[in-house]
Amino acid sequence: MTLWRGIWAALALLSLGLAIFATVPAGWLWPPEAVQVPFAAWLTAGMKWLTESAAIGPVSVKDLTRGFATLIEAPYDLARVLLVDGITEGKGRRATTIIPPLSWVAVTVAAVALGHFARDIKLGLLAGALMIYLAVFGQWDSAMITLASIVIAVPLGVAGGMAMGIAAWRWKAVERALSPILDLMQTIPTFAFLVPILVLFGFGPVAALLATIIYAMPPMVRVTVVALRAVPSEIVDFANMAGCTPWQRMRKVMLPVALPDLMVGVNQVIMLSLNMVIIASMIGAGGLGADVLESLRRLNIGGGIEAGLAITALAVVLDRLGQAMSERVARAEVRTGNWWKRHPRTTLVLIVALVTGALGFLVPALQDWPKAWEITTKPFWSNLIEHININYFDQLEAMRVWFLENLLLPVKRFFLALPWPLMLALLALAGWRLGGWRLAALTLVLSGFVAATGLWEQAMITVYLCGVSVVIAMVLGVPLGIWAASSDGAGKVIGTVVDTLQTLPSFVYLIPVVMLFRVGDFSALIAVVLFAIVPAVKYTAHGLRSVPAELIEAGVVSGCTRWQMLWKVRLPMAVPMILLGLNQTILLALSMLVITALVGTRDLGQEVYAALATADVGRGLVAGLAVAAIAIIADRLIGAAAAGARARLEGAT
Amino acid sequence: MNERPVKLACRHVWKIYGPHPERLLAGGKSPTSDQIRAADHVGAVRDVSLEVGEGEIFVIMGLSGSGKSTLVRCLSRLIEPTGGELLYDGEDLLKASPARMIEIRRHRMGMVFQHFALLPHLTVLENVAFPLEVQGMDREKREARAREVTQLVGLQAREGMYPRQLSGGQQQRVGIARSLAVEPDLWFLDEPFSALDPLIRREMQEEFLRIQRQLKKTIVFITHDFDEAIRLADRIAIMKDGAVVQVATPEELVLNPADDYVTAFTAHVPRAKVVTLGRVAAPGVPDVVAGMLPATARIEAVAEQIVTANAPFAVERDGAVIGHVTPAAVIAILIGKRE
Repeated sequence: MTLWRGIWAALALLSLGLAIFATVPAGWLWPPEAVQVPFAAWLTAGMKWLTESAAIGPVSVKDLTRGFATLIEAPYDLARVLLVDGITEGKGRRATTIIPPLSWVAVTVAAVALGHFARDIKLGLLAGALMIYLAVFGQWDSAMITLASIVIAVPLGVAGGMAMGIAAWRWKAVERALSPILDLMQTIPTFAFLVPILVLFGFGPVAALLATIIYAMPPMVRVTVVALRAVPSEIVDFANMAGCTPWQRMRKVMLPVALPDLMVGVNQVIMLSLNMVIIASMIGAGGLGADVLESLRRLNIGGGIEAGLAITALAVVLDRLGQAMSERVARAEVRTGNWWKRHPRTTLVLIVALVTGALGFLVPALQDWPKAWEITTKPFWSNLIEHININYFDQLEAMRVWFLENLLLPVKRFFLALPWPLMLALLALAGWRLGGWRLAALTLVLSGFVAATGLWEQAMITVYLCGVSVVIAMVLGVPLGIWAASSDGAGKVIGTVVDTLQTLPSFVYLIPVVMLFRVGDFSALIAVVLFAIVPAVKYTAHGLRSVPAELIEAGVVSGCTRWQMLWKVRLPMAVPMILLGLNQTILLALSMLVITALVGTRDLGQEVYAALATADVGRGLVAGLAVAAIAIIADRLIGAAAAGARARLEGAT
Repeated sequence: MNERPVKLACRHVWKIYGPHPERLLAGGKSPTSDQIRAADHVGAVRDVSLEVGEGEIFVIMGLSGSGKSTLVRCLSRLIEPTGGELLYDGEDLLKASPARMIEIRRHRMGMVFQHFALLPHLTVLENVAFPLEVQGMDREKREARAREVTQLVGLQAREGMYPRQLSGGQQQRVGIARSLAVEPDLWFLDEPFSALDPLIRREMQEEFLRIQRQLKKTIVFITHDFDEAIRLADRIAIMKDGAVVQVATPEELVLNPADDYVTAFTAHVPRAKVVTLGRVAAPGVPDVVAGMLPATARIEAVAEQIVTANAPFAVERDGAVIGHVTPAAVIAILIGKRE
């Protein structure tokens, strides 16, 4: 019952603080200038120095970044030639195509072949159908630009992540150095990555590509370390006994044995790359992301929804292919004969590419999906939204206003009225109760950092919006998870929906919301809840399902009713897992919240977004780090609570 | 009893885990297990000295946590011992450079693992050929050699299969073939049959003895199964809490256990399984004998012959008659009467 005592202590402190607050000067409300530290100015100055005068020996950092950009640009240009541009001569309208890009037929056949290779023809047909969907709805060109980025970002992200993972596995010091950086990178909001990269590499597809690679790499590092550690120690012993050199041991034994696990990381890199390449449209990645962004800015309803659906289609293709590849068991397919007999699918794709490329000069329909065959759904979506807005405006508006007045605004006022020293004290107290003085010190330092940035108001708005969204996501998500765990049919349906929600890049969530509820906190709330509900559902269902069968049987034998079983056996056992789900929900909510700056929230995300628009590195990074600090505080507190709950359960059984 | 030349010897080998293990041994100290524990360290292998003769099957036997797996990894230097000496054909392995160790392991050591440690992405033949591939042998040569050893373990029909398509017993045959591919002199087997079903285990033990009769390797065999130890061993070292309690032939262990721990182990072993004729032979030879038997034969192996003959047998060692054995003496051992 230490938890209750902690809560009572917190409440007592809270009321005491509020009582004092009524009589204390205003400096207590928000951190006064005196305690603020000009982090932003320092960072901006540092960045200025870095870009203008820093040098490593005779090579200036500026040249270095430029060289790096060229290095990435080369493969990216090749991918663009293959998928988007082809090779042309001349400029503008008089440009003549010498070699066209891969035709839609060739790309579609390649998708089918990849699906067949990874699992079976059914997957291949699904992938092919979704590619044709992109062509039919006129999204082909944008989709190929996005795909070109992904095709380059994924191998580079995987290779870089693997290299770092191997180094971290090999040398303890590297792991110790990398671990906090990875933690930070996973909590820092996506937008915040963009600002320094924008300054270092300028506006354009290469900078966007680089941001994508950096963003998608951390999970690969982690997965690599875990996968290498999971190689049975006997196999490592065997490699040594066989007289492998360290290099042979890695290449011939460790990596092949760890391959199935590594593929899980590759799949994550693919999905994160897609997410980021959409967001990176803010710093010049073209393609579907740019279309969405444009539509959001112009409130072009139909265009936004179409591009959003196209992203969804691409996400589904990439996700299913990636998953199938990671589950693919090496089949004993020993083929003999010529190269083309051993690689029938590759040969087929190559032939189709050449034939359609050549015939494309005579029959353009083989090269580019004819405009006449395209179907546009823009008017349909526009009309639909218009219809909803005209006929249901009152209901929607009433809902919006009700939520704002009864939930959002009171909570917001409460958070903004909390004196900052009290907030710091409460967090430190929570840290101390849950994880001892170390955690208390950590939360105090991090929250102190937020206070010192001078962004207290924005931070409190972030906390309030995040808090309300997380509560709603849990209130909806946990019962859904319980339902999914209690019946197979519901479980399957909910699982599919949740999985699909999870593959969508965060941008996509904004589209329908902003169409129906316009800009503002309520729209942000809905988008965040939709995005963050996934782990609430998943972890609850998983936690309930993994209650040991013996305990269920014991419950049955004791004569539990269904309700008692849930309430007294399954839920208590699932608490640690549900807490982990809560943790994930908070992290996702924070990352989405930053993106909702696009729909006009006034929180830390807006700060980053504004910094992006003015290429103000210090401002963007400080706001980003403040979000990261909030995320880390939440993560560590809940992590400690979950560990405590697990320890209590294990101590009890 | 060890007249064989020594192949592998270890002297005062220690493996202590903890923050500063070397300090506990500094200046040639020999800490007791209580001292190690008091210093918050774990003594996984404590002051072990052994000599393994050429062509001998030397079994290291102990319960889980007794340090036998750590010891065998110290002997092959997969784990760096905290202290001691390790001599293989007179060369101190602990002083060998990494390159020299790779050289020795590539050509002169083989190891079989409890959970087989096969590479899942390679076929049976590729797995067996792997140690040769690592040496840089070309494909044709190494596959020819791999076929030979695969045949030795009777798996020639399954060369193209992947490990997951094989049963546990077959997988361990692959492990055995692989460890023999480089023709090592010294063969480590780390609980090779522990993960197998009892029936298969029995069959694999027979197979192992057959291969050993053919190849005559120097073997260090780890097991936690005392029955397995007495079936296979020339000599057994019994380990407890990281230290070797007794090294002796199976017969010696059963008849003269060094302490209560060994006694507890051997108490339930049927004497007939370990006791040899030489041990029970009475001096002198009666006028009528049913035949002549070697002194090294175990009672279990010849009991039926002696009892059905219902007459004494002469016992010989190295061509000289050393006494006789009567059916009564054999029956006494069979029914478990103490001497």
